[in-house]
Amino acid sequence: MTRLFVNGMASISPQPENIFNTGLPETFNENILPALDQDYKSIIKPMTLRRMSQGVKMALFCSKRALLEAESDKPDAILVGTGQGCMQDTEKFMENMLVSEEGLLSPTSFIQSTHNTVAGQIALDLNCNGPNMTFTQNSVSFESALLDAMLQITDEDFNNILVGGVDETSKEITGFQKLDGQIKEEKINNLHLFRSKTTGTIISEAAAFFILGKHKTPKSYAEMLDVEIFNAIDISDLNSSVLSFLNRNGLTVSEIDAVILGKNGDLRFDLYYDKIQKGLFSDICQIGFKHLVGENNAVSSYAFWLASKILKEQTVPEIFKLNTINCTKPGFILIYNQYLGRNHGLTLLRSI
Amino acid sequence: MSDLHTELKRSIIEQLNLEDMEVNEIENDEQLFGDGLGLDSIDALELIVLLEKDYGIKLTDPNQGKQIFNSINTMADYIEKNRTR
Amino acid sequence: MKGVAVTGMGIISSIGRNLDDTLFSLQNAKDGISKPEILITRHKNTPVGEIKMTNSDLSEILNLPPDNNYTRAALLAVFAINELLRKSNFIHFPEDTALISGTSIGGMDKTEEHYFDFQEKKEVRKYIQAQHPGFTTENVAAYFGLGGKVTTLSTACSSSANAIMMGARLIASGKLKRVIVGGSDCLTRFTLNGFHSLKILSQTKNRPFDDDRDGLNLGEAAGYLLLEADDCLNGKKIMGRICGYGNANDAYHQTASSENGEGAYRVIMAALKKADLSPSDISYVNAHGTGTNNNDLSESVALTRIFGDNVPPFSSTKGFTGHTLGAAGAIEAIFSLLSLQNDEIYPNLNFQNHMLETGLKPVQVLRKQKVDTVLSNSFGFGGNCTSLIFRKND
Repeated sequence: MTRLFVNGMASISPQPENIFNTGLPETFNENILPALDQDYKSIIKPMTLRRMSQGVKMALFCSKRALLEAESDKPDAILVGTGQGCMQDTEKFMENMLVSEEGLLSPTSFIQSTHNTVAGQIALDLNCNGPNMTFTQNSVSFESALLDAMLQITDEDFNNILVGGVDETSKEITGFQKLDGQIKEEKINNLHLFRSKTTGTIISEAAAFFILGKHKTPKSYAEMLDVEIFNAIDISDLNSSVLSFLNRNGLTVSEIDAVILGKNGDLRFDLYYDKIQKGLFSDICQIGFKHLVGENNAVSSYAFWLASKILKEQTVPEIFKLNTINCTKPGFILIYNQYLGRNHGLTLLRSI
Repeated sequence: MSDLHTELKRSIIEQLNLEDMEVNEIENDEQLFGDGLGLDSIDALELIVLLEKDYGIKLTDPNQGKQIFNSINTMADYIEKNRTR
Repeated sequence: MKGVAVTGMGIISSIGRNLDDTLFSLQNAKDGISKPEILITRHKNTPVGEIKMTNSDLSEILNLPPDNNYTRAALLAVFAINELLRKSNFIHFPEDTALISGTSIGGMDKTEEHYFDFQEKKEVRKYIQAQHPGFTTENVAAYFGLGGKVTTLSTACSSSANAIMMGARLIASGKLKRVIVGGSDCLTRFTLNGFHSLKILSQTKNRPFDDDRDGLNLGEAAGYLLLEADDCLNGKKIMGRICGYGNANDAYHQTASSENGEGAYRVIMAALKKADLSPSDISYVNAHGTGTNNNDLSESVALTRIFGDNVPPFSSTKGFTGHTLGAAGAIEAIFSLLSLQNDEIYPNLNFQNHMLETGLKPVQVLRKQKVDTVLSNSFGFGGNCTSLIFRKND
């Protein structure tokens, strides 16, 4: 088995990356959280930038920074997870088409509406001819890309793979999610998300990209050991799914130092997290992140960023902690995430 | 500079998201594609839509565009001769 | 490589609602190109490869409750997988069966149908999540009770070819015993108008590789294969093996293929290498051949770069089905497997004159000949190129 090391990474989210060190969060009193703006022009050419939607910009920016950190010009493959894809362009073309009743339409937004626009644009910018995949399976979109990275690094004998998760918001389609009960009715302060006793969550835009390499470098953050996805798990089977995942990696619960949970304050579906918080992992350091960066289909890539950061820095900042148990020497971290009770993902990393 | 020239520049800047550009930064005889302004084939499709929407000119063969979209001057000439609105 | 065994298939497209009808159409040059009747659009005269069944027809056949929230792509996918299941030895798919589905637009049909209704009409809000392609796949998984590995690939027109490739990798790596792979896409106003705005829709039947080709016809379809690990075959009939695959990015343009067919060249070479075959080992090429100026030229150039003067018999089957976007790779994989099983090559319809640049002529009438290996190409927006190689089991 080829090993996979996190050799470079970057994230854009509603929080600055240095929240890890400062512990000072951005707070929001709305239920749709924008990503913090970046100096995109500093590394993306203006002629390229002009047509890019938020998602493409964030993804390309993170990709370039992750490559820079890993001291690599070009990855061997580009694997992207994005649940909603290029919603802004989809919305634009859709509205123009419907309002004009299939009249004269300009093609740009159609071209950029496909889910693989992000991965395609990164390839164009990096002039990367390698494999180029886009996974779009709700909350396991990013995990699916990780799974493919594990397969391809061995099967194709690659050195470096760019893997990332990105999702953007758009005015109408994100608005529909509110009608669907996915977004909380009442405005809340993001830091109070876990105190909320209502349905729905807070939705955000974010991206996190990683260079996964088969060789450890002095800059490596962590090693990714395994990933698994489940379309549906009965809550009563959750423990056995988690245990068999740990088991196949030769681990028991007590060997896990911290668990990162995708808890999002939705009364209906946090039951899954509650169950393992009170059960399997009751004696283990528990970490949350959606009270800071919100929920979106690719946000588990932020959890992957957080895990890598914790494993490298060997500390768990207070702002992320869900319980009072200390984790003095993080070795193994498990990430568990799901959305609306479906598409469960388990990811395992360890320190190096 | 005719009104049509300025109008074209304004629509091009807007339609093609050339946000940082001002009307007076585009020369009338500057090449729009390639080494000049640096437009690409997706922009060409946008310009075809622009001709049809604003001037009622329908290009049937996308290859025609190459000469017409050479510069603001060539575009304006073509529009003067063929416009239906 | 020995290759991963294909032990089941199921298909629905405008040329047939099952494998037998599909084969009959392919053998008898019966295309499925018509004017849109089910899809409500202003482009009434634009030819499409439409399946002449409404969503309620499909729901009824599939025994779904009338108030179901299945998108058309989900209905087509379930329909095709039902055939696959019916012809397998299983009553239900075993619990550990995975599903990897490719789609370009997923449930966009429901988004465009209800876009302005979501606000007012509570009863259509069950389709809000349909914009997300994974929602379509989830419904398919739920229908067959698949709770394990389920994911969706969306790489435009190569989506299902990539799903097949990933499935083959999962089996070959020993991570899985059994996986359903393929894809589904339906006709929508969104895509019809999108391709119209790109000015690459033909107003006649599409003519792949013809010098006078003037664009593609859109189609809709679903096709799925069952891939199984060798240690659980138990003497099952094997329809063929996936022995080579490759994916690359042209990295040339957001929609157009490069003039020298770089992406296509790279993936065909990669697939040959994976299969440990040389170009002369390929019996037949099922080309992507959409009928657009750009694709067919670029693909032809790639073929001549690889095969030189000895380009194997090739054809694009898009004259039959139209371009079924995310489903194209899967249904053409099935056509390739039918070609292997029956030792015959299905024709490239509507071809008259070879293009001047390469002089290549596709197979124009059904040709009976020994077929040991088939190369199937799928190329998409965003420069995404995939080639798969299938070979006979023996």
